[in-house]
Amino acid sequence: MKRLVGAAVPLLAALFAFLFGAIMLLAIGANPWDGLVAIVDGAYGDGDALATTAVKAMPLILVGAGITIAFRASVVNIGGEGQIVAGALLSTVVALALPDLPALILIPMVLLAGLIGGGIAGAVPGALKAYASVNEILSTIMLNLVMVQLMNYLLRGPLIDPIEVERGTRIPQTERLSDNAAMPTLIDGTRLHLGVVIAILAAIIAYIVLWRTPLGFRLRAVGHSPEAARAAGIKVKRHVTYALSISGSLGGLAGALLVFGSEGQRMVTDGSSAGFTGSAGFNGIVAALFGALHPLWTIPSAFLFGGLLTGATNMQRVLQVPAALAVALNGLVVIFVISSDPVRSRIDRFLSSRGELNETLKSEKPVDNQEIDA
Amino acid sequence: MTTEAPLLQMRGITKRFPGVIANEDVDFDLHGGEVHTLLGENGAGKSTLMKILFGLYQPDEGEVLLRGKPIDITSPSEAIAARIGMVHQHFMLVPTLTVAENVALGIKSKRGMLTDLDSVSERIREISDSHGLAVDPSVEVWRLSVGERQRIEIVKALFRDAELLVLDEPTAVLTPQEVDDLFVILRRMTDEGRGLIFISHKLHEVMSLSDRITVLRNGRVTGQTVPSETSREQLAQMMVGRAVRLTPDKPDVKAGDVRLKVRGLTVRGDRGTKAVDNIDLDVYGGEILGVAGVSGNGQRELAEVIAGLREPEGTCTIELDGTSLVGADTRTRRDRGLSYVPEERMRDGAIGDFTVSENMILVDHGGERFSRSGLLNFGAIKDHCTELVQRYAVKTPGIDTPTSSLSGGNIQKVIMARELTAEPHLLIASQPTRGVDIGSAEYIHERLVEQRSRGTATLLISEDLDEVIGLSDRIAVMFDGRVVGIVDSADATREGIGLLMAGVLA
Repeated sequence: MKRLVGAAVPLLAALFAFLFGAIMLLAIGANPWDGLVAIVDGAYGDGDALATTAVKAMPLILVGAGITIAFRASVVNIGGEGQIVAGALLSTVVALALPDLPALILIPMVLLAGLIGGGIAGAVPGALKAYASVNEILSTIMLNLVMVQLMNYLLRGPLIDPIEVERGTRIPQTERLSDNAAMPTLIDGTRLHLGVVIAILAAIIAYIVLWRTPLGFRLRAVGHSPEAARAAGIKVKRHVTYALSISGSLGGLAGALLVFGSEGQRMVTDGSSAGFTGSAGFNGIVAALFGALHPLWTIPSAFLFGGLLTGATNMQRVLQVPAALAVALNGLVVIFVISSDPVRSRIDRFLSSRGELNETLKSEKPVDNQEIDA
Repeated sequence: MTTEAPLLQMRGITKRFPGVIANEDVDFDLHGGEVHTLLGENGAGKSTLMKILFGLYQPDEGEVLLRGKPIDITSPSEAIAARIGMVHQHFMLVPTLTVAENVALGIKSKRGMLTDLDSVSERIREISDSHGLAVDPSVEVWRLSVGERQRIEIVKALFRDAELLVLDEPTAVLTPQEVDDLFVILRRMTDEGRGLIFISHKLHEVMSLSDRITVLRNGRVTGQTVPSETSREQLAQMMVGRAVRLTPDKPDVKAGDVRLKVRGLTVRGDRGTKAVDNIDLDVYGGEILGVAGVSGNGQRELAEVIAGLREPEGTCTIELDGTSLVGADTRTRRDRGLSYVPEERMRDGAIGDFTVSENMILVDHGGERFSRSGLLNFGAIKDHCTELVQRYAVKTPGIDTPTSSLSGGNIQKVIMARELTAEPHLLIASQPTRGVDIGSAEYIHERLVEQRSRGTATLLISEDLDEVIGLSDRIAVMFDGRVVGIVDSADATREGIGLLMAGVLA
């Protein structure tokens, strides 16, 4: 019964969001029903649409699963964008350096590089939080900005496609990367590639890690009650660092898959992080919230939001309405989900255990030397 | 007193909540000039009865008579108008305001929109003088000690001229000396003809203060008696419904070698002051060393520093079985044989959102026993926890029940089960039975004595003097961060330890 209610809440919220969206469509003089049809058709209408939706959902699943891991340990990760970029950059460098390795070796290597790159981008704010009490919300957001600049520097400088320099167009993108690293297409003629399967597997593994392994047990213990975890001998600081590292590595994996699942088979940007990530680092948070911060529920949730993204493009084409409307719809769903009672109480609980975690991390600091008597 | 109508009569009070009968046909009366104690375990129905008296609940059946006349109290303000006062267990005071301002809160000023603090202060001084309360109305509340704050609550009630005063566990936070002082004040109030309802589960206090005692169990009155005709054991039996051993039999155990050796230990508290000040301690195998003291005299910090949750200051010695623990983390200390039952059960001891079984493996989940090739071995965990639930008589619907839905006593049993299956060399047990029902407390005491027979060195930190004296072999008394005396429990008296706890002999 409780589970049913849990599942009904996001769906109801989505329904309300669509009702509001309908009003907005009416307000700009479009037919809401046509709008809905265009979205659903564009997202799930045929095999092509489904494949595009799945590819859009892929990074959302990964970032979302990462968010749930951080959340279960009472830490927040807003650094998805930066972690995607970090993973993409490191995997790109690997593919550039070793283009001739056979696919069977190169693909695992670039995926691993993605995991490591994103993991480092998560470990830095994780360690800063654990050992220096630096607020991870701020540090992950700021690291996003740092990573964008790093990406722009590398893609405009050392990693730029030589042809772009030759032609003088200087589009910030790498050369076409080794085809041995390309994600194999699953269904010929569509964009559906292995990366989608990898993302779903990763979310399932995230679930297994959280609920079936000692590591996940400790992460959840730290998240629920850092003091009790500490008294039981669990190393709280280390696990806070782990949580953000794992969370980041999933984002990094998304970055690698975005590069090697792309049609151009290269890393390209327009100077902003969204130019490369498509804002998956932020939309993944939405997918995770909509999936009740459970790694498995994140999968269908990501397909819904992936659908919204592809469907919105279609609605824009069919109804000639601004695509921003879809973004607004997206936002409405978030507002309705977050303001529903079960989700709110969950977030309240999260905030209180996060406060407790911050206290624990601070109290673990050595005593203040000033007050020691001579 | 016998001829006129009693101050209060509650007749046939029944109060039902969905699924629970909180009070069933309860009769309770109070005469002016007497102390009538309401005794019972948590959930026995004491609070419900008092909330009915204070107008917070309406009874489903039964009637309340005040000074012989039926009265229908529907809100606390009506209760106050009927001269019923309540001193809550948790003080209802604003720390940043002065005593006079706190007392004036919620009272209509005689000067209309303007405050009337001068005349309030004047009355407070009068009340304070005539009852020996020694309360200064101009002091901010945050400057006051716990005992002083409690006296303000009493002043508040007297200020409103309460004739009937309910005292809800008023001694929970007081030192034995403060308790004695409080009882003198309470006696002075009954001498004036006021009637007091005293709620407590500390049996020796109940015996020494009460004129009459009414015992509740599961919402029903299970006995009414007077101190001269009963004993603590009998009262406990009435509370629990079966014979209870308040202090367990301790078999003779030959003390072994020193297991825990502490020298020159100093610890800073959360506020930066010295919470533990240069302490030396030895705990032997097969010994329970009791640590007595009023809360906040360094006991918590002492436990935490030995458990590895707090850093000591400067150089010191903490050795377990001859190996130094200084600098080792909690995990390492636990691996070397330390078990720790923390004072704050729900904060440090167990995770409320975790299931019973998850809490039982909180320490050991990573060991070979419960994990295999990187995955938790749920079969082994289930077998282990099912056995522990049985062996430790944990009352729970199942091992997958969220721990927060268990009673305090059962949560403590879950923690004890976890900590004792580790077969510790050193057990730190902080307030092991605080807030725990008598039945569970009895059980926990037996387990502690069992550990003693096994040769475990136990550091028993408790504010419950009966517990410390009944269980310990030796008792160390802490005051202001120092051990001010170590006495053999055979020679220990409540009075002697009470004086040490107050720092009188320090």
